[in-house]
Amino acid sequence: MAHRDVPPRWDRKMQQRLARGEAAALGELYDRFASLVHGLAHRVVGDEHAADALTRDVFAHVWEHPDAYDPRREPLRTWLATLTSRLAVQRLRTTGTAALARGGPGTTEDLERTVRHASVAARADYIVQSMPAPLRAALELAYFQRRDYHQTAVDLGVTDDEARRRLRLGLQLLATAHDTEAPGAPPRIGGAA
Amino acid sequence: MSEHRREPYGTDTEPHDDTADAYDDHAEPYEGTADPYDDRFEPYDDRCEPYVDDHEKAGEHHEHTATESHPSDGPDGMPLVLEHHVLKSLLGAWALAACGPAEAEAVEEHLGGCGPCADEALRLREAVGLLQRSETLDLDPGLRARVLESCLERRPPRIPVPEWAAAYDTETARLDALLQDFGASEWHAPVRLRWYEADEATTRRTTVAGVIAHLMTVDGLVAVALGLDDPLGDVTAARPTPWDRTEAYWRAAPSPPTRSVRTPWREQSHNLVRTVSFTGGGTGRMAVSYGDYDLPLHDAMLDRAFECWVHAEDIAEAVDYPYEPPTGRHLHRIVDLAARMLPAVLEHRRLNGLASPVERHLVAAGEPGRSLRLEIEGSGGGEWLIPLDSPAAKGSAEHEVAHVALDGAEFCRLAAGHVPPLEAAVGQVGDREAIKDVLFAAASMSRM
Repeated sequence: MAHRDVPPRWDRKMQQRLARGEAAALGELYDRFASLVHGLAHRVVGDEHAADALTRDVFAHVWEHPDAYDPRREPLRTWLATLTSRLAVQRLRTTGTAALARGGPGTTEDLERTVRHASVAARADYIVQSMPAPLRAALELAYFQRRDYHQTAVDLGVTDDEARRRLRLGLQLLATAHDTEAPGAPPRIGGAA
Repeated sequence: MSEHRREPYGTDTEPHDDTADAYDDHAEPYEGTADPYDDRFEPYDDRCEPYVDDHEKAGEHHEHTATESHPSDGPDGMPLVLEHHVLKSLLGAWALAACGPAEAEAVEEHLGGCGPCADEALRLREAVGLLQRSETLDLDPGLRARVLESCLERRPPRIPVPEWAAAYDTETARLDALLQDFGASEWHAPVRLRWYEADEATTRRTTVAGVIAHLMTVDGLVAVALGLDDPLGDVTAARPTPWDRTEAYWRAAPSPPTRSVRTPWREQSHNLVRTVSFTGGGTGRMAVSYGDYDLPLHDAMLDRAFECWVHAEDIAEAVDYPYEPPTGRHLHRIVDLAARMLPAVLEHRRLNGLASPVERHLVAAGEPGRSLRLEIEGSGGGEWLIPLDSPAAKGSAEHEVAHVALDGAEFCRLAAGHVPPLEAAVGQVGDREAIKDVLFAAASMSRM
């Protein structure tokens, strides 16, 4: 497993290329992360058009401030996901507040609740996307394809014990989405509540 | 806690470092490289976690559930009796409603008496509510161009992607996005490549993965010209032509190409865009050899963009996905390349007796000659005057003998050999021989 202190080479190179003003690097960055960014944004704001606009804002932020990312601190993917969640929650709050000010329905508490739910949903999405592939595959089979754990084990070519373990561990990771931080804080890892 | 109670946890935990390593092998090859952070959670180390401790502290009480039992089938009507560690291991499956009814009953029974397990069960059930089908809502393919454009306006690039490489950049990204959600059945879906050879429709069967391998080996001609690695590696082609290179690659592969070809294809295409950005304007004229002929680098990049789109359409058709033509700006450049190549193709065909001989107007180089007006309609359209009698002649409105009008995408399909020349949806006026010559010449530019 990669050592955390060594920033992955790809991230470091990408940061340097962006800082240098290489348009081709921006394209590569988009190709690798656009679906992550758009998916997270969409989960929070729940609207295709707003998610498109957020995607544009996230990449514009990175392109305009390449030095804001420090490869020694965290993977680029994590940093982008955090940035996306933050901007998305901000946008949700801003548009919600504006709607309230115009006399729209609901209360400030309703809005806060919406924002909170949206942040948890975004963290959950992020966790599912970034959990080890075998865990994601087990959850996919058991939840979306309605396979029981024994069938899941057969499909994955592992023992029943291992299938149960993956399902439990996958859900434990996912449950950390509820461990609230400031909205948009990076998802926390580990089983502890 | 008595030592023997620890035993099951010990054996449960032990093998996991090994399995954690083994997981890399399960990862899809592309995901593996695209997502180098799969391992950043390192969850296997601290997996047994607070729940164990809680339970130990709580001084649990199931020594009585000692039978070593195989969970899934309890004897009819008899409640299952399971050990605590088995019950606990079932919590995830239980929360997902993915265990047998007898097991579910045993778990629920257990939750009534075991606080830590009840807490975890609740927590996992709530987590299930967070699962959402990962939204395979396809990104709007046009979003990429809009996002990049908006970024580049805010901060102009010091090293831009040259105009003539933009179509290739966009088309490769569009194809890659199409491949994104392909499973094994899509990668191995049969594709029939179609083109014109000696004025006959020709086809060749391959698979989606085979098409990507084909694109990669031919893109490799540009890579080689730029001094990058040749994707053929040690494989040698009889001649450095697109066809021979592709056949050599397909033949040399130990088995039919798989999805694993996606990563090297995409890395090469990214590398090409990056490298031509650094070569600057002047080297756009640098020659790229296609074996039988050369193209200047900027035309070669347009040609590769064209091929990428045409084969993306082949792939999309094979798996029954929709696929749009390039944007007007890029389509225009592709049509322009074909229109510029037509006079030389006509000349070549004339020398081989495939086009009408020049009867009346022998034209000196640089002089206006008999011309066909090619009118391309729709987004990316325009007009081109194609000199008919010599590639050296100048297209001339005064010497216009024929006029054809067709849609840009239709013209490209004609030039790709996907539409029989005489069946192309063409509006035509004037010299029928000249029109037929040009349509057949366009189709003859196609290749595998």
